[in-house]
Amino acid sequence: MTATTQSSVPATAPRTAAPASDTRARKAARRRQLAACGVLMTPFFALLVTVFLIPVGTAVYLSFFSDDQPGLGFGPERSVFVGLRSYTAVLTDPTFLGGLGTVALYCLIYIPLMVVGALALALLLDSGVVRLRAWAQLGLFLPHAVPGIIAALIWLYLYTPGISPIIDLFAHADITIDFLGVHTVIPSIVNIALWSNLGYNMVVFYAALQAVPREVIEASVVDGAGPVRTALQVKTPLVRASIVMVAMFTLIWALQLFTEPVLLSQSSPMISSRFSPSMYIYDAAFTRNNYSLAAAASVILLLFTIALSYGVTRWTSRADAQEAR
Amino acid sequence: MSSTDSTLLRPRLLGRTTVNAVVLISVLYTLLPVLWLVLAASKGPDALFGSDLLSLKDFSFGQNLRDLFAMDDGQYGRWYLNSLLYAVLGAGVGALVSVAAGYAFDKYRFLHKEKLFGLVLAAVMVPQTVLALPLYLLASKTGLVNTFWAVFIPVLFNPFGVYLGRIFSQGYVPDEVLEAARMDGAGELVAYFRVALRMLGPGLVTVFLFQLTTIWNNFFLPMVMLSDQDLYPVSLGLYQWNSSASVSPEYYPVVIMGSLLAVLPLILAFILLQRFWRGGLTAGAVK
Repeated sequence: MTATTQSSVPATAPRTAAPASDTRARKAARRRQLAACGVLMTPFFALLVTVFLIPVGTAVYLSFFSDDQPGLGFGPERSVFVGLRSYTAVLTDPTFLGGLGTVALYCLIYIPLMVVGALALALLLDSGVVRLRAWAQLGLFLPHAVPGIIAALIWLYLYTPGISPIIDLFAHADITIDFLGVHTVIPSIVNIALWSNLGYNMVVFYAALQAVPREVIEASVVDGAGPVRTALQVKTPLVRASIVMVAMFTLIWALQLFTEPVLLSQSSPMISSRFSPSMYIYDAAFTRNNYSLAAAASVILLLFTIALSYGVTRWTSRADAQEAR
Repeated sequence: MSSTDSTLLRPRLLGRTTVNAVVLISVLYTLLPVLWLVLAASKGPDALFGSDLLSLKDFSFGQNLRDLFAMDDGQYGRWYLNSLLYAVLGAGVGALVSVAAGYAFDKYRFLHKEKLFGLVLAAVMVPQTVLALPLYLLASKTGLVNTFWAVFIPVLFNPFGVYLGRIFSQGYVPDEVLEAARMDGAGELVAYFRVALRMLGPGLVTVFLFQLTTIWNNFFLPMVMLSDQDLYPVSLGLYQWNSSASVSPEYYPVVIMGSLLAVLPLILAFILLQRFWRGGLTAGAVK
């Protein structure tokens, strides 16, 4: 992802000038460039500091301190250093660990389905035998324009007995299905996320497939590979960079799981207010007003995200290195 | 000869049919829920709960629309305007800020550049829920909590836009063009705003569109920051109404109609700007 090359700054001083004034002019030009660079970057880095670095720092700070009531509850609250106490509290809290387990299960179902599904659809659309390809793509992409909360709303209604035509349809076949039961609630959430993002990732893969040189594909066809083999053994390895990128972003978003379960929790007793780590953080911060607990949970979630993303990049770059050998 | 031809042809025909069937089923999967939303929005409460969607009796699209904008003294209209303001203004300013930084990352050399860029990429990974509590505390300390700015300022921050901006700058703005502008005596910033920004147009639109989608979808941040209903975006407003619906079912039709209307701006934006974002996705995916 970071494979961007250093661009060289073109020399700006005129070549005809004498050497001494040449270096001076060059220095002046360099100063002007740095000043311009600073102007262009300042707004972004001002945001980076105020809405990213300071909040992350605050979260880490808060996680080590706690507002303790001084003796008998009189006098103002003050912050007391509590070390790792909040971390121990979070990590021994069964509801937090349960939330982590929920998200892990959710990721295990959701990420493979998403990556394989989107890639398969992109390969099918790229194979050239699909009719009305542009329309199919537009139809698949449509849910991306539906905001997450509204996607959750639509599916909540489609999961609600009495409103849902799906449940009605099953009922006609004498099948009763509870989409929000103990065992179905996580797959039901996976379905919402899959529905929302499948088309978008399909378009990402399709764009990458379009960039595969046609000669490579023709060569494999000449070698006698059928369309399935060409797709799996020639095209797929060539778009590995996008596969990694999609898997990575899907993972990062999946770990933040919040919107869908929060909405579904309005109607399903199966979803507690601490269903996922993000919901746990929200609950700790704004329902229980336990800032240090919320901050510690935030830092743990952050570390999890970083470790897993780092793992994905390391794992793929090692696979790349082995391939090169 | 003809017999071998047909045996060769049959599996291929079968393959084509299977491929088209799989794509068709996938398209139905993505389209039918949206179709359900459209049909449900045109139904009165009785037909809605009878799951009797295809019959034309009890057609009350207009009635639902009137109810939507009349509900709670026309809150929905206010929420809609808020969302437009947050999203369009935020995405516009945010895209300009990110692309400028991406361009500077591409065209200028300075100390620790790649380390700084690594920090930007790291920021992409950080979950929003992690930042929510500290942002809330920060906003309440500066008196910004429960104001327009509490939601507007954080959404301007788009590190992925900087990453895209750098790639677009590499692809669309050749160094020679910049050098020519300098030769003509144009200052660095003039060269950026007069020459480079124009070439970056499609990239800017892509970043704008991505950010528009993110902000229009934004739910967590407003939920944390806002308690004044007059400042709600559509997403939070509909969530609020939906939680009332379990007690007072008259909210169901307006929530459905409200959802349908809230989907329209992004569909419109994606169709109108199609030319740009397709190119943008390629840039993001191939590199």
